[in-house]
Amino acid sequence: MSNQGKVDCGRRRLVVATAAVGGVGAVAALVPFVSSLLPSERAKAAGAPVEVDIGKLESGQMITVEWRGKPVWIINRTQEMLDTLPKLADQMADPKSEKNQQPAYAQNETRSIKPELLVVVGICTHLGCSPSSKFKHGAEEGMSADWLGGFLCPCHGSTFDFAGRVFKAKPAPTNLEVPPHVYLTDTRILIGEDKKGA
Amino acid sequence: MKKFLIALLFAPVLAFAAGASIHLDKWPGSVSDKASLQNGAKLFVNYCMNCHGASYMRYQNLTELGLTEQQVKENLMFTSDKIGDLMMVAARYDEQKKWFGAVPPDLTIIARARGELGNPGAGADWLYTYLRTFYQDTKRPTGWNNVAFEAVGMPHVLWELQGTQVMNPETHKLELAVPGKMSPAEFDKAVSDLVGFLVWMGEPKQEFRQTLGIFVLAFLALLFVVAYALKKEYWKDIH
Amino acid sequence: MAGGNFEKYKSDGSLGGNVLEWVDARFPATSMWKGHLSEYYAPKNFNFWYFFGSLALLVLVIQIVTGIFLVMHYKPDAALNAAGVPVAFASVEYIMRDVPGGWLIRYMHSTGASAFFIVVYLHMFRGLIYGSYRKPRELTWLFGVGIFLVLMGEAFFGYLLPWGQMSYWGAQVIVNLFGAIPLVGNDLSILIRGDFVVGDATLNRFFSFHVIAFPLVLIGLVAAHILALHETGSNNPDGVEIKEKKDANGIPLDGIPFHPYYTVKDIVGVVVFLMVFSAVMFFAPEGGGFFLETPNFYPADPLKTPPHIAPVWYFTPYYSILRAVVWNFFGLDAKFWGVVAMGASVVIFAALPWLDRSPVKSIRYRGPITKVMIALFVVCFFILGYLGTQSPSPMGELVSQVCTVFYFGFFLGMPWWSRMDKFKPVPERVTVK
Repeated sequence: MSNQGKVDCGRRRLVVATAAVGGVGAVAALVPFVSSLLPSERAKAAGAPVEVDIGKLESGQMITVEWRGKPVWIINRTQEMLDTLPKLADQMADPKSEKNQQPAYAQNETRSIKPELLVVVGICTHLGCSPSSKFKHGAEEGMSADWLGGFLCPCHGSTFDFAGRVFKAKPAPTNLEVPPHVYLTDTRILIGEDKKGA
Repeated sequence: MKKFLIALLFAPVLAFAAGASIHLDKWPGSVSDKASLQNGAKLFVNYCMNCHGASYMRYQNLTELGLTEQQVKENLMFTSDKIGDLMMVAARYDEQKKWFGAVPPDLTIIARARGELGNPGAGADWLYTYLRTFYQDTKRPTGWNNVAFEAVGMPHVLWELQGTQVMNPETHKLELAVPGKMSPAEFDKAVSDLVGFLVWMGEPKQEFRQTLGIFVLAFLALLFVVAYALKKEYWKDIH
Repeated sequence: MAGGNFEKYKSDGSLGGNVLEWVDARFPATSMWKGHLSEYYAPKNFNFWYFFGSLALLVLVIQIVTGIFLVMHYKPDAALNAAGVPVAFASVEYIMRDVPGGWLIRYMHSTGASAFFIVVYLHMFRGLIYGSYRKPRELTWLFGVGIFLVLMGEAFFGYLLPWGQMSYWGAQVIVNLFGAIPLVGNDLSILIRGDFVVGDATLNRFFSFHVIAFPLVLIGLVAAHILALHETGSNNPDGVEIKEKKDANGIPLDGIPFHPYYTVKDIVGVVVFLMVFSAVMFFAPEGGGFFLETPNFYPADPLKTPPHIAPVWYFTPYYSILRAVVWNFFGLDAKFWGVVAMGASVVIFAALPWLDRSPVKSIRYRGPITKVMIALFVVCFFILGYLGTQSPSPMGELVSQVCTVFYFGFFLGMPWWSRMDKFKPVPERVTVK
């Protein structure tokens, strides 16, 4: 037929138009389904920042709190603990905390806001086990004689110092994560948020 | 015959009975009046939440009424400190059962539960009538009875605001025996706000739902035009 | 037909062509495409009543997809949470409020459930008026009756899941009906419930039936239904067998390939359906109290029965028939006979191909008796449905008894009234308006 070309062209245009409009509709219809996979209000509420009172945390002591289902350690480090940090610098995989495992305000010698108080997520950066504390020097807690104190992950042997930095040649690739946190007062820390929230 | 059958489809709709056996006053409010809903929220938290939970709602959601988190925390949170928490009653439900004999029902979706077949909006009317028709009745253990809810177990928690009504034994109508802090008009407005809040709380997404619906229908109308043109084009072959 | 007598695809040299040729040598891809779509010849005179089959398939997909996402958040647990509310009930409100987009998915599923029955009833009505159940399509019809029964079960199991007052007490009543069966009834009810009353055990097994067992059976039956239909070819509003007049290539003269003609037409049907569906979903999701029933906004309370228990609207005609039987026979309770009548009223549809003795398939060429009988049947169905939503009353009981008698009379009398009726000569070729 002489107008075959014109008819087919018209058909193709209509098919494309319908497919295009239908496609937009299909994508729009996907939105509620994909959104439903996002964290719900319940998950967000459960993951809300946690306030910790460290008024009674004595020097040398550590407490563990839960934030987003993870253990967060708060350690009130003694001067002796802090002194081990520069000594270990050359044994560290990332001594200056160059990798992005901490907020900017914790990218320093002590990996903390206040020098003595370390706030760190107690999960090994290898495969997620929670390391054990080995605060005593030397071989007392089963470590080597030159052990200056820190953490040992029982799963695959990664070790961390009193700033949560990972030793070289260990399975864990990076330093322990420092969560966002802020001091509401000298004795109250809000973990999970940087800004003093309303 | 087809038309006859289609007409038949509507027959059941026409056959609805009048419904409630008591007359319900129409709730005069609107869910889009945010100021009214905020007032309703305040009344709810102050007067209702001592006994009734709203355990499917989070305090966080109250910011959708145009309040800031700070305002919610300061004015509307008495039993929790976290804004993400659910609006639960302070008491445990099994203790409430012991003290009251029955657990005061959760009120989050009470406005939907009190609807009627053929008239879901009747829930608001029922609540509006209920909260305004408590009257003194010495035969009841609480000392109160209610026109919409015969032998109700709940006392008239809003009596300070409304005052005390009594049932005139001759006219069977309610009369205000002792005035309260609010005039009848002010009280009606307060109750309307509270009911508005309950209606909103029953489905906080209702306004968004309707707005979205308009967009969806408009889009489908466009899709119809294109799809119909496509159909007509192909079916030229056939006829 | 998809039996596989189609030419396998030969590549045109392009990459896509080569892939398709590779697949075709190992899988009947082109054969299926041709057999069910591009070379499945359907009558060219399909009218409005022919939209509902594809719409039923669409609603099935909608229910499955929305169901998959709902199950991610729903919890089938009858125990009370910290607020004293059953966990299952609270999980539905969790979906409505805390899950992003959850409210829309929930409304799609609840509206879809009612839409399914509206579409299926209209689809069955089409079969009734055009004689689609007649030879050689009896098996398509029987698979359809099977689908209808399974769909009723699927809806019944699903309705318990929100664990509201209507869910709980509706299930209680229906499961107790099994108690009416003599000798085994009581034990059977306990077996179905998994407990002495409807409870957590019941909820969890109904969840399994609703989410896994019945959908799998449904999908299988729908596949069988379509395969059987494609084996015989579709009927049409004139009841003319289009395969009786074929051209030199073996293609029915009154047939047109399903694709592109009916795919393109069904797309329009889908869009119109979605407009109605969306209007309900976005502006009246409760369906006036018929799709989401108000008593179901109260959590299930085993100690308090609501004033009116009625099944969801799509079951009400059968519920009326159940309640209409009030006499004891042969030492067995009226309750038992009511159950028998209710079951028979659904199953009797299966007998239709053998009850109908008219020489003519379609209502278009039948006489006044058929038209009156079918019209009265529809009226009865609606009256029974309406009465099922109401509390029992003496007048309601009488009317439902009259309608029940007519309902069964329609079927059981059909061998006679269908033969007595006049009929017009059926044309050789289909008529197109």
